Amino acid sequence: MTEGEPLIRWDWIASHLDEFAFRLGEHVELTVIAVGVGFVIAFALSLLILRAPRTEGPITWVTGTLYTIPSLALFALLIPYTGLTIVTAEIGLVGYTLLILVRNIVRGIRGVPAEVREAALGMGYAPGDLLWRIEVPLALAVIIAGVRIATISTIGLVTVTALIGQGGFGQLILSGLQRFFSTELIAGAVLSVALAICADALLVAVQQRLTPWTRAA
Amino acid sequence: MASTRGATVEFRDVSKRYPGQLAVDQLSFKVPAGRICILVGPSGSGKTTSLKMVNRLIEPSSGSIFIDGQDVLHKEPTALRRGIGYVIQQVGLFPHQTIAENVATVPRLLGWPGARIATRTEELLALVGLEPTRFARRYPAQLSGGERQRVGVARALAAEPPVMLMDEPFGAVDPIVRDRLQNEFLRIQRDQGTTVLFVTHDIDEAIKLGDRVAVMRGGKLVQYAPPGELLAHPVNAFVAEFVGSDRGLKRLGLLTVGGVDLDTTVARSTVSANAPILSPASTLRDALVRMLATEAQVGLVLDGQRYLGVLTLSKIGKMIRGDA
Repeated sequence: MTEGEPLIRWDWIASHLDEFAFRLGEHVELTVIAVGVGFVIAFALSLLILRAPRTEGPITWVTGTLYTIPSLALFALLIPYTGLTIVTAEIGLVGYTLLILVRNIVRGIRGVPAEVREAALGMGYAPGDLLWRIEVPLALAVIIAGVRIATISTIGLVTVTALIGQGGFGQLILSGLQRFFSTELIAGAVLSVALAICADALLVAVQQRLTPWTRAA
Repeated sequence: MASTRGATVEFRDVSKRYPGQLAVDQLSFKVPAGRICILVGPSGSGKTTSLKMVNRLIEPSSGSIFIDGQDVLHKEPTALRRGIGYVIQQVGLFPHQTIAENVATVPRLLGWPGARIATRTEELLALVGLEPTRFARRYPAQLSGGERQRVGVARALAAEPPVMLMDEPFGAVDPIVRDRLQNEFLRIQRDQGTTVLFVTHDIDEAIKLGDRVAVMRGGKLVQYAPPGELLAHPVNAFVAEFVGSDRGLKRLGLLTVGGVDLDTTVARSTVSANAPILSPASTLRDALVRMLATEAQVGLVLDGQRYLGVLTLSKIGKMIRGDA
């Protein structure tokens, strides 16, 4: 940081709105792909656990191990194989979502009261209908809670992927650090946090919209 | 409302074995169409297991169950279940669906057109005493236990099933609500003509609701008889104890004054002035209480103004012994 330079140069911010919009697009894209792909994989793994409970131990072990690998280390390890690409970023980001998503999907569906399941089967629901019409809707609040955590942590991790040339608002932080330019650094950090807060609020609204019965009592 | 015709239900040599345990042992009995059969017994007697074998939530190890002569094991389970009403103690309403949606469950699964479903749903809510405009759009969490149980019954009746299975449906509500629900259930069942298999551990409920009572113990059928017969002639000490030492009194509650032979040889003018006046419709139990309360040894039976005869304590005694 240069002497006499203000902490935030508003004129710089005003002249870089286009770049913020571009970085926002990148950040959202990386996050949506990560959570979307992660959700599909996690849902499949969860169904496997629910059908064959002995797979729960191994799946929890693998997703738990993925979760403990430091993110920067993981990206570094992947670069020899997939380079400085979005694929490298997404492999890591998707991997980090799995533990939380699998845990919440399984917990949500297991939390459906036994008598609800029995009544549904007793009245002639086919097993597939039971899953999609009864179990998943009733598990939705817990599942979306998992999606919220996964989304927020992914938005945070995306800033790290700037180090491998991806990374949305992370690029602002990185470039601000390299150039000792506090305005860019702070802009990147504040925008990342704001995005996380907005994404969370959006998901809360989606959850309330999809589960009107939870507010009825 | 279209009245359904109940189907006969027959158990033939039905057994259910679990590793190291025989839950149901060679069960055979027949429920006539349109009647209420109560399965009663202590916990672990196999009554719920027997019930759940009818809609194949549990598969029998051996034997067959027939509904109107058709073996349930030859039917596809989901199709079979859509044709059988099912009510459980915890009700199991779907919390994410409105009351109307819950009631419409089986018609929806059967693919009824929307307009027919809407009409039927309204009809059913009214039938179980829930004002459709007030309740249709609420969620189960907004209802009391008794209201939820009514919705459970309406849901089970939705597609006019010829057979209904009920597993302790009134076990979780308080005694006053239970009594009211039982009375409404009887009215609805008479109206619809549905054959009902009903599990309870409460002998009073069995006697009140059952056309036939199947007493079970350790997976075996111990006695299968109408309530009056069960109270008058329990087949063994277990049944006698299960129905209670006051079974004579309970039996009097099932019989009416008009249903016994009155003594008509006594002229009305000779009957003691403080003898209670009884109507033919009152139960012998009520008659006995009133006769004892007035110290009269007889009750004067009047149908309106018409003198029918006198009821004596010795006659009531005979009814208790079951030899009248």
